[in-house]
Amino acid sequence: MKRRSLLFVPGNNPGMVVNSQVFGSDGVIFDLEDAVAQDQKDCARILVRNCLMSLGTRRGERIVRINSLDTPFWREDLRDMVVAGADTIMLPKVQSVQDLVSLDQALSSEETDAKSPLSVMALIETPEGVENAKSIAGGPRVSGVLLGAEDLTAALGVQRTKAGSEISYARGRLVMAAKSSGVDCIDTPFTDVDDMEGLKTDSDLARSLGFDGKAVISPRHVEVVNRSFTPSDREIEWARLVVDALEAGERLGKGVVSVGGKMVDAPVAARARKILALIGGD
Amino acid sequence: MDVVKTAVAGSMESNDAMVTVEPGAGVSVTVESVVMAQFGRAIESSVLSVLSDMGVSDCLVTIRDRGALDCTIRARVEAAVLRGSRSTS
Repeated sequence: MKRRSLLFVPGNNPGMVVNSQVFGSDGVIFDLEDAVAQDQKDCARILVRNCLMSLGTRRGERIVRINSLDTPFWREDLRDMVVAGADTIMLPKVQSVQDLVSLDQALSSEETDAKSPLSVMALIETPEGVENAKSIAGGPRVSGVLLGAEDLTAALGVQRTKAGSEISYARGRLVMAAKSSGVDCIDTPFTDVDDMEGLKTDSDLARSLGFDGKAVISPRHVEVVNRSFTPSDREIEWARLVVDALEAGERLGKGVVSVGGKMVDAPVAARARKILALIGGD
Repeated sequence: MDVVKTAVAGSMESNDAMVTVEPGAGVSVTVESVVMAQFGRAIESSVLSVLSDMGVSDCLVTIRDRGALDCTIRARVEAAVLRGSRSTS
């Protein structure tokens, strides 16, 4: 499943919710948490449930950010989203793997008739969560982790900057945690809606660090982020050469092959196959 | 389910609908819509369907539609009824 761009849409905004799948993002995050006022939680939950059930054509992953475990809303959120057939539950403010164990137990009790179990994306946005990233990434049902830099920097008491040096430790730690557990690592959104050059720089940086994709808060950001997380023509050409060389080597019974004078070992082969998988070519 | 107090759900934003429910004898639905000629009857039918599913037999519903899809209208009616059915204590 590709997760280059995951678009947040406010759960109580019908125009955004019903049109969310036309903006070209690989996934949509229907937000029942921060984007919804406390006195509108019921309306948002019912709206998202109804829309998920009636949106016939599935384009991309349907993720729902429910309210956190310390609120009175999360159980009802969960119940309705299981009924609605969401693909993934995003749990905010994950502090430790115990939060995911609690979520898993609740999901299991709701999923009696579910065709396939829902996956979970852990939103890590506290210092405790960052420090526990490894066990969180390996938690039950977890298919990805998302860095939430706004809450994290607020908790740290530091300014959020476009350069992002204040979150460099968290970014690195989440990437290592995710990769060592074999799950996706999604970068925090770029919050300046009008700064497209800054968005490109930030997205390119995230990809270079090992992130698989980036959350976005504006439909206008989708195209730039998708481009950043899509392999370039040069990368694709290289990957095809590597895979072709590997296949030719297997046919000829060669143990080792090289491309451009460089030996293709297991990590290189894996990287090439991942690039082709990203473009759906392998 | 009984509607015991006036309650509102939704908004007057584009693609949304504002639904007001009030206690009443029997079911009465009033629709105002920017697409009244094309979808007025369908909207009323959706409202009645939600009320039936929720077991509401006495209720006055006013819906001010701003081009909402059916799933939105149904969501707003359900939310308004749930809000109106709660006790004030």
